[in-house]
Amino acid sequence: MARADIPAGRRSARAELIAAAPWLAGVLVLIVGVVLFPAGYMIFNATRDISPFGVDRGSAGLENFARVAALDALPRVLLNSAIWVVGVVAVTVGISLGLAQFLNKAFPGRRWVRLAVIVPWAASVVMTSTVFYYGFDPFYGIINRALVDIGLLDVPFGFTKQPVPAFAVAMGVAVFVSLPFTTYTLLAGLQTIPDDVLEAARIDGAGRVASYRLIVLPMLRPAIAVATLINIINVFNSLPILRMIAGSIPGYSADTTTTLIFKLIQTERQVDTASALSVVNFALVVVITLVYLRIARPMRED
Amino acid sequence: MTVTASPAADSVAPAAPTRRTAGPARGARPVLMAAAGALVALVFLAPYLVMIIGSFKPRAEILRVPPTYLPEQWRPDNYVTLWSTPETPLPLNLISTLVISISATLLVLVVATPAAYYTARHHFPGRTIFLLVVLASQMLQPTVLAAGLFREFVVLGLNDTWFAMILVNAAFNLSFAVWIMHSFFAGIPSELEEAAALDGATRLQTLRRITLPLVWPGIVTAIIFTFVACWNEFAASLVILSTDANQPLSVALTKFIGQYDSAWQYVFAISVVAIVPVVVLFALIERRLVGGLTAGSVK
Repeated sequence: MARADIPAGRRSARAELIAAAPWLAGVLVLIVGVVLFPAGYMIFNATRDISPFGVDRGSAGLENFARVAALDALPRVLLNSAIWVVGVVAVTVGISLGLAQFLNKAFPGRRWVRLAVIVPWAASVVMTSTVFYYGFDPFYGIINRALVDIGLLDVPFGFTKQPVPAFAVAMGVAVFVSLPFTTYTLLAGLQTIPDDVLEAARIDGAGRVASYRLIVLPMLRPAIAVATLINIINVFNSLPILRMIAGSIPGYSADTTTTLIFKLIQTERQVDTASALSVVNFALVVVITLVYLRIARPMRED
Repeated sequence: MTVTASPAADSVAPAAPTRRTAGPARGARPVLMAAAGALVALVFLAPYLVMIIGSFKPRAEILRVPPTYLPEQWRPDNYVTLWSTPETPLPLNLISTLVISISATLLVLVVATPAAYYTARHHFPGRTIFLLVVLASQMLQPTVLAAGLFREFVVLGLNDTWFAMILVNAAFNLSFAVWIMHSFFAGIPSELEEAAALDGATRLQTLRRITLPLVWPGIVTAIIFTFVACWNEFAASLVILSTDANQPLSVALTKFIGQYDSAWQYVFAISVVAIVPVVVLFALIERRLVGGLTAGSVK
């Protein structure tokens, strides 16, 4: 990649940094001030004793972390988080692989189908979730009525009234809103596979399954990696879906660590404990990401 | 570090690669494919159809047991009465959403464009680190940092202000904007700019007449993407904006959903009002979503 560099010849590193500074300053100020500083401040707050009214009452050592560890709901919430991330991401990527393959083929009206697929991506996740919450209501819910009318249910079922069914519905909604981004990322990957490679495979006698497994999937690996990683981060941090669909269920049995943090901040007003849990939460995202990179080895060159 | 399998990483070809190599296929196959396509489209649109239909039902009907599929009585005036309900000052919520989204998008544009341009054109010590920090900031989302952001703005006295949310929205959408514009700038051969300079153009003229028109698609993509993300932001607004009048539509809408009584017709009408414009915007950049998106995320 040819780049035009400053013609002034070799300048000192210091001079180059000073020249670059005005161009980068805005980005740096925002990232340091609104991303890195609050991250550090949150870690600091996790070791402080903060009153429900926001007064810092001094150091708390590791007490906040101890309080997080002692939460009765913690094992269930951690298990929920694991099921949530693994389940939603795996199902999303699986469905998207098929959907991307389909949308990569030419057929009449494809442009319109693609446009329909981006709607849940553009739409607010909160708003999309409200339709499902309404639809699954046992009394006036339209999805419940449809399920009864087509004979799948005898009577309407209170999907959003109990932890497990509500959690399952929320997972379905999470898959639904994650599909567009994932499908488009995989579609971008599919379009980098040259036609003549597939052509050559066909001439060599490879069937559809063989050429998909031996050519398409390996060449799609970077796109799958990007889609999976971004999905892991997004799904793990997802708040609105569970909040909307399972939010009215008392207790923490349909919570993930992320939704629990918001309950701690808003209803319990425990910013210190919430900060400690947030630190744990962020560590978890990092660990899950590393585990994914280690198991799936998406960057492997072969 | 891997190069994402994306054609847009270095050469930004404006033409979206549409594949019609085999020519029009014959027989029943295209018809079947089109039918399957229609089914896929229906699945993705179904919740929004329910939303639109529900927004026209009278309150009594939308809470009726069992529910009706189509309104027996169509009530387009829901879209009028919506703006003066006791639950939340909706006109103010709309203004709030507009002010925050537009300001945050402009802020992103103002700070991300120079950074993207400079990192694409110049090598300097710390360039890679800078780009990595920008990329890493994408891993941290407002949801993860909500507790820290909340405390920070309380201490700064900015809690419950538009300004705080403008900063949050801008900061957390910078990453994408910088990366996508960076790849567009990098895709323009520097010879083009040098030629303009030889012809006597000043640096600013070159930027205005040569570079900007070529990266315009990248800028538009960044603008739309950022705007839509800000428009839909929920988690940070929820903890930072506590006054009804300051809240954006995404938070205000939840006021209509109660434990015992919900005004679903209004929930859906607000949703339609909020979703239609961003879907149209997104449709405008649909072609670039296929090629250019991953170029920005990993390189």
